[in-house]
This record gives sequence, C-alpha cells and structure tokens, in this order.
Amino acid sequence: MSDESLPHIDPTAPVRVSRLRAIWDNDLTYSFRTNPVAVVSAVVVLILLLSAIFAPLIAPHNPFDPATLNLMNAYSAPSTPNQFTGDTFLLGTDDQGRDVFSTILYGMRVSLFVGITAVLLGMVLGVTMGLLAGYLGGWTETIIMRVADVQLTFPSILVAMLITGVAKGFTPVEYRDQMAIIVLILAIGLSDWVQFARVVRGATMVEKGKEYVQAARLIGRSSPAIMLRHILPNVMGPVLVIATISLALAIIAEATLSFLGVGAPPTQPSLGTLIRIGQGFLYSGEWWILVFPACTLLALALSVNLLGDWLRDALNPKLR
Amino acid sequence: MLAYTIRRILQSLLVLLVVGLVAFSMFRFVGDPIDNLLGQERTDADIERLREVLGLNDPFIVQYGNYLIGAFQGNLGISYRQGRPVAEILLERAPATLELAFVSGIIAVVLGIALGVYTAIRRDGILANVIMSASLIGVSLPTFLIGILLIYFFSVYLDLLPSFGRGQVVRIGGWSTGFLTSSGLKALILPSITLALFQMTLIMRLVRAEMLEVLRQDYIRFARARGLNERAVNFRHALKNTLVPVVTIIGMQFGSIIAFAIITETVFQWPGLGLLFINAIQFVDIPVMAAYLMMISVMFVFINLIVDMLYFAIDPRLRVDRSGAH
Repeated sequence: MSDESLPHIDPTAPVRVSRLRAIWDNDLTYSFRTNPVAVVSAVVVLILLLSAIFAPLIAPHNPFDPATLNLMNAYSAPSTPNQFTGDTFLLGTDDQGRDVFSTILYGMRVSLFVGITAVLLGMVLGVTMGLLAGYLGGWTETIIMRVADVQLTFPSILVAMLITGVAKGFTPVEYRDQMAIIVLILAIGLSDWVQFARVVRGATMVEKGKEYVQAARLIGRSSPAIMLRHILPNVMGPVLVIATISLALAIIAEATLSFLGVGAPPTQPSLGTLIRIGQGFLYSGEWWILVFPACTLLALALSVNLLGDWLRDALNPKLR
Repeated sequence: MLAYTIRRILQSLLVLLVVGLVAFSMFRFVGDPIDNLLGQERTDADIERLREVLGLNDPFIVQYGNYLIGAFQGNLGISYRQGRPVAEILLERAPATLELAFVSGIIAVVLGIALGVYTAIRRDGILANVIMSASLIGVSLPTFLIGILLIYFFSVYLDLLPSFGRGQVVRIGGWSTGFLTSSGLKALILPSITLALFQMTLIMRLVRAEMLEVLRQDYIRFARARGLNERAVNFRHALKNTLVPVVTIIGMQFGSIIAFAIITETVFQWPGLGLLFINAIQFVDIPVMAAYLMMISVMFVFINLIVDMLYFAIDPRLRVDRSGAH
C-alpha cells in the first residue's frame, strides 16, 4: 500500500513496474477481477448509480413538472403506443400519465441519496463512538456500550420507525413533507451506528496494545491524534465491509419505510414510494407500475449485497 | 448460576427503566398534551387546572415515576386519535398479532430445521442446492415485496386466498380468534408465510452450517464405526448438538417476528398491533407509540432473559466457564 506512491522496483525483474500495474496486481484488485459475481455486481451498481446521478439528462420526461404531463397518456402499457395520443413509453405510464422509466430514475436518486447519506451518518457516529470506547475505556466505554446494547435489543427497522415518529411529532404539520427526507436519513443513520461502534471498539482495543501506538504515545502525541491518525487507518478494513452491507440494508430500510407510508413523501417519491403507489394497481392489471420499480430495487439491493459479501471475503485473511 | 441470574435480571430491569424513560420523554415532550386534550375555547384557568390534574407541574423524576407506576397498572394514557384508553386498544389488537406471530414462528422453526437438516445431510444433492440458492434470494427480498408477490400469485392470479384482513373471527372472552373459522384460517395463510419466510431461511442456513460442522467431528465417526444406523447418527447425535446455538437464534428471532409483523400487517391490512403502530406514526399519535414501545420492550427483554437462561441450562460447559470467570 505504502509503496504505491513511489515507483516500485522489483529486484528480480529488470522492468520497472508502473503505478497502474501495481494497482492491477494488488491483492484486492486480483480477487475482484477473478470473481465474476463481484464484477457483474459492480457493473450493475455503477450503471444504476450513474443513471441516478444523471437522471435529469437520461430521463425522457421530468415526471414532477406538471406542464409536461398529459393525462391522456395515463395507463399506457410498456412499449405500446397509447390508444389516445399514440405516444410510446418504454416502461409504460402510471395513473397520472407519468413515464414509469423516468419516475424510476428520479426515485432511485432519492433511494440512493438517502441510503448513502444515512450510512455515512451511521458510520461517522459509530466509528467515533467505537474509537472513544475502545481507546479511552472506563466510564466512556461503559456508557457507550450500554446504550449500544439497549439499542441492539430492538431490530433496527423498529428503531428507525420510532425515530421517524418522534421526529414527525417535533416538526409542524406544514413542514413535514419537506423534512421527510432529512428525517429518513436521521432515522436510518441513527438506527445502524451500533454495528460500526462494536467492530471499531474491538479492533481499537487490539490496536491499542501494539508497539506503534505505544511509540506514538511516547513521543507525546495527543489522544485525538493517536485515535485519528494512527488507529483509525488500521481499523478501516472492517468498517468498509460493514458500510457496504449497511448500504444494502439502508436501501431496503428506506424502501420499507416509504412503502409503509412513513418515509419519502409522494412529492419526492423513492423506489419504496413508487412500489406503494404501484401496489394499488395490482388488481386492475397495470402490473408495470409496480413491477419495474420493484425489480430496480431488487437489482440494486442484491448487487450491493453481493459486492459486500465479496469485500468481506476478500478482506478476511482467514478465508484466503 | 444464581449470581449470574440475578445480575442478568438486574440488567434487564435497567434496560426497561431506560426504555421507560425514552417512552415517557416521548409521551411528555413530543407535542403538548394540553393542546391535544383541550379544545380551542380554553381559559388560562382550565390549562392550569389540567396541568395540575395531569401532574405536569411535578418535578421530572416524580412524573417519570408516576408514568412507570401507571404503565405497570395498565394506565397508558389516551390515544390522541381515537380518544380511547391506549391499554384498551392494545388489548383489542393483540390477539391478531399474537396469532399471526405464533403461526409464523412455528412455520419458521419447523420448516427451517427440517430444511436445514436435509440440506446438510444431502449436501451435494440437486434439491438441496436448489433450496440453498432459493434461500439466497429469499434473504435479499424485502418482506413487503414477498407479501406483494404472494398476493399477486395467490389472490389476483389464482384467486384462491384472501389478500387482506383476518376473515371471520370468533370471540372467546376478550380474545378474538381466527383459528376456528375456515375464512379465518384461509386469511392466515399468506401473511404467516410472508412473515415466516425470512426467519425460516435464517434458521435453515444456521442449522445447515452447524450440522455440517458437527457431522465432521470425531464422535460422529465413532458413532458410525459403532454400527449405528444413519438415522440414529443424524438425529440422536448430530441434530441434538446442533440445537444449542439454534435455540438462541430462534429466541432472538421471535423479537424480529414481532417487528416485521408491522410490515406484513400493513401489506395485508391485518388488524393487529403493527398496523396500529404504523398508523400511530402516520398520525403522530404519541401515547400509542410510547405504549407500543413499552409493551414490545417488555416482551423483548423477557425473551432475551429466558433465552440466556435456557442457553445456560442447555450447555453445561457454560456453567463452569462463567462461574470461573466472575
């Protein structure tokens, strides 16, 4: 890792190994490119991520601009011309004539944005708590880990629901829709910090006893500096694995909350909200309003999950 | 053993006190109880009188104590939305959820263990491999999608089973049961499968992993060498030792069943506690939310306690280790 910045010279070979070559031969990269499942999942995640980011450029319609909607286009079946207007939509339209493909692209934006920021929030909080508990020990550790234990007694989706409910109670009715996304991020982020805290605490306690930490202490570095500059880089491996798996869980949690009607509002629908809307048309035969968002959610959650599995195996020296 | 039991019980009580504090804080500080109980035409004297009656002028600790004592006696406040005592609503809704959780729990445990043992014994069989791959998809599918999928297939496409509600229920005392009518039983099938599926795959994968681990050990080889038949080896020797960790997981999973019932009940409009809780969140009905939190935490803490004790009783090795360590 450390020699990546310098030209790496292999004494047995006369050729200088380029920096790109060093990355290509790196253990992690090797295990990635020899694992077809990981490569396919990564490609799927990348495609979905890019199409979410560039949704305004890719989407044929802006589903939230009422001026571009035509009610006559409602209930168009996928890829068949509408019987009134003759317009064709790749994945059909919903009851308000919104293009399903475009709503999925915009919905994925909300899902991914909420998922990623929630995991980042949980990660920052959990890593901080874990470092403090593991490095300082004593009362700090007891309090942090007791809180973690109590929270762990409850399934995280339940914790997220409770936080949503309380946050709603604090926001005035007229701001609830605007605040919904922030409430979602808070709820999911606060419900999954415990995983990070437990792992980081364990790893910190191991690192704390090693010589380099003692050396850093001897030359008089402050506790925050030792925690952030010395211990943190060495415990990031497992944190990365948990973050990936948490992302899949956060995306599903967000979809679940939105599906239950306590997540993203109809004005800013996520994939979960779209599935909630689509469920209503199950009985009348407009399957595409439900099926396409559901498949997108499944592809997203599954490929992030598989990527997490690969990362866990690749970073675990025991399995090599 | 006794010292461990006492420490464990004290820990559980502490957890309950903390959860009680959270529930009370929600109850007291989220939204204004006065606003929710008094109408538009109120005088300052009214407000002051109600504050006194509700005990809102007492010190925080006294209010918290009163709330806990009240909760213990079944006084959980009045629902903002329905205007009825929360305890009454909870009692009315509880049978639906408990029956659903009970049936799902049985499906998950029985099928989970059976499939786990099967896939472990026939580890290279075609059917075992199919089951394992299917379980991978089962773990990735969100619960609500499984429910929608089942509704689509069995209610919309085949038109065999009802897609919502409990069917006809029979009242026995304060308990309404769906077990005694055919429409009640039919209505139970899809929700209980939806709820059971996730836990089932979890139990199955765990049993399989544990079983494979146990089957590799020496005493199994000796049992075979002694001439015991496959059945005795697999069930009397291997399965018995597999069950120790499985019991813990099953106990903990019961808590998740209650939590995931919220999702299943919403998909199937099942009139239980989960649906009540989701509606309470939607309409910010704080007393109901606080009461649900209290009730479910008592349940969780109690289950965890029992599982820990059970674990202790099943595995003799733990007794020695723990008493030595503390």
